[in-house]
Amino acid sequence: MSETLLKVDHLKVHFPMRATHLFGGQGAPVRAVDGVSLDLKAGETLGIVGESGCGKTTLGRAILRLIEPTDGRVLWMGQDLLGLGAGHLREARRHMQIIFQDPLASLDPRMSVETIIGKPLRIFHPELSRKQVRERVLETMQQVGLAPSMANRFPHEFSGGQCQRIGIARAIILKPKLIVCDEPVSALDVSIQAQIINLLMQIQRDLGLSLLFISHNLAVVRHISHRVMVLYLGKVMEIADRDDLYARPLHPYTEALISAVPIADPRTERGRERLLLEGDLPSPINPPSGCRFQSRCPRATEICGQAEPPLVGYGKNHLAACHHIQVQD
Amino acid sequence: MNAGMAAPLLAVDGLTVRFKLPQGWVTAVDKVAFSIQPGEIVGIVGESGSGKSQILLSIMGLLASNGRASGSVRFRGNEILNRPADELDGIRGSTLSMIFQDPMTSLNPYMRVSQQLTEVLTTHQGMSETQAFNTATAMLDRVRIPDARRRIGLYPHEFSGGMRQRVMIAMALLCRPALLLADEPTTALDVTVQAQILELIAELGRDLGTSVAIVTHDLGVIARLCDRVIVLYGGRIMEEGKVDDIFHDTRHPYTGGLLAATPRLDAATHGELVTIPGQPRAAMGDLPGCPFAPRCALKADICTAEMPPIVTGPSGHRLACHLREVRS
Repeated sequence: MSETLLKVDHLKVHFPMRATHLFGGQGAPVRAVDGVSLDLKAGETLGIVGESGCGKTTLGRAILRLIEPTDGRVLWMGQDLLGLGAGHLREARRHMQIIFQDPLASLDPRMSVETIIGKPLRIFHPELSRKQVRERVLETMQQVGLAPSMANRFPHEFSGGQCQRIGIARAIILKPKLIVCDEPVSALDVSIQAQIINLLMQIQRDLGLSLLFISHNLAVVRHISHRVMVLYLGKVMEIADRDDLYARPLHPYTEALISAVPIADPRTERGRERLLLEGDLPSPINPPSGCRFQSRCPRATEICGQAEPPLVGYGKNHLAACHHIQVQD
Repeated sequence: MNAGMAAPLLAVDGLTVRFKLPQGWVTAVDKVAFSIQPGEIVGIVGESGSGKSQILLSIMGLLASNGRASGSVRFRGNEILNRPADELDGIRGSTLSMIFQDPMTSLNPYMRVSQQLTEVLTTHQGMSETQAFNTATAMLDRVRIPDARRRIGLYPHEFSGGMRQRVMIAMALLCRPALLLADEPTTALDVTVQAQILELIAELGRDLGTSVAIVTHDLGVIARLCDRVIVLYGGRIMEEGKVDDIFHDTRHPYTGGLLAATPRLDAATHGELVTIPGQPRAAMGDLPGCPFAPRCALKADICTAEMPPIVTGPSGHRLACHLREVRS
């Protein structure tokens, strides 16, 4: 786990807005991702958490250039993806895959499972014979826990958990180095969710994959990630090794998020201190000045409205952006 | 159920819900019995197809047109199952009310919030418009909608998801109901907003003496909010009891499996999660045996042959399992 596979540098994704006035020209853009940096090593899982609208999905897609970033750099094994033309981008993308939240919606209903899973292989390896493709598909199906006898069936014949397995099979058939997992277990029942988490972790071990694991479920992220990044309105609030982050959250937003998640244990729940945030996420069109979290922050003071706090290191691998961090050692 | 308890507010007995589908009748809820005491918060937990939402809908008389409910639902001693709509309208929205997962589809998009709220009060309590407007504004204040006096004049789409859920809770509580049915009220919300709404439900239940039946798939929500919990699988009650008994003296293999499969925020695990093999089965009824048997690690011959009876323990812990015994 030493080689840095992916390095994202001050990535910005701004969506232009329609004019709000008839003669007003263009309105201010939505800053969905606003200067996010991260790095990911081979075999590592980075969890990305935050509330809806924090930019986590946009970040995942911008890294793959499924959404065109506005500014910044995405270095994939040292090569800047943002400058690549279509041909080179396609070549790089064979190593990067994505799986989505809604497993059924991300599969073409008119294609058999064999066609769906085999498609990346046929695109990148046109030299393979039909028989060879079929063999690889059946092998991959077994790897993700699908019976090869189901290869000729169509997506609607499968349950949600099985559809997610099909999505995973399609993602790993090219033996990629990175998979962006965008809320892959959020639509699944608890018992199925555990099966898919186990599968992802096992495949990661077997193939030495790196994962960007995007989720709003902090417990799932803790289980699967090595490091965790907390986003709020397009900015990184905190990033740290997972146990460090959950045991010693430095940013008040991280603290509030963790405190908000109910734990399936009534005794623990009764003893927990609750840090309730006021209100909802502000609109990303017009975020608060200074620190974006200040409008909901229990620690906010005058400076928070004036200056944006930089992301500063506190101990090993632990960065947070807040004017009022209280470090206890 | 237990001798010595006060008369239950709600007593459900032998409740069965069946739906007519092109392939025939299917059973979604199968002979379910439970009760809710005044002031109690009861959680109903289960996965897709467990029948948890259908139980609430049949209590409210809101089943889809192809659904049929049988059995008995007594609310304050009166039978309310399958009563005609005009009779139910006397209690629905006043002493018995319900909130849903998606507030946007439950609020009328063409009506201002003020109109939707005051209508409840003028209809059920015969208030004047002014009285109703003031009571409604006070209730929005109560559920902590900032600037309630101005915002009561807005349309539902002008509120955020969390604020909309607050509007729905305010509407449900306007007539101070004895029982609030809540169907996954926080599932569509972010965790920070969920925490606010759960706190609100607990607080209002306490202050207004409202009992709550909350359906959820999240065991954490149950642990935080509820006094008692009913675990459903395939349309049947598997286990029921006080939250401490169910979480700390878990008897049913399904409950145990659900707990083990849920990653915990407060535990530094990184290994394999315990899983329940297979997938949740929608209730089909009419099959002999325990609906969980096909996925159960303990399964014995008797489990597929006959449905285990529900056995009640000394402190009210109820269990339907051939292979385990209740202790509490």
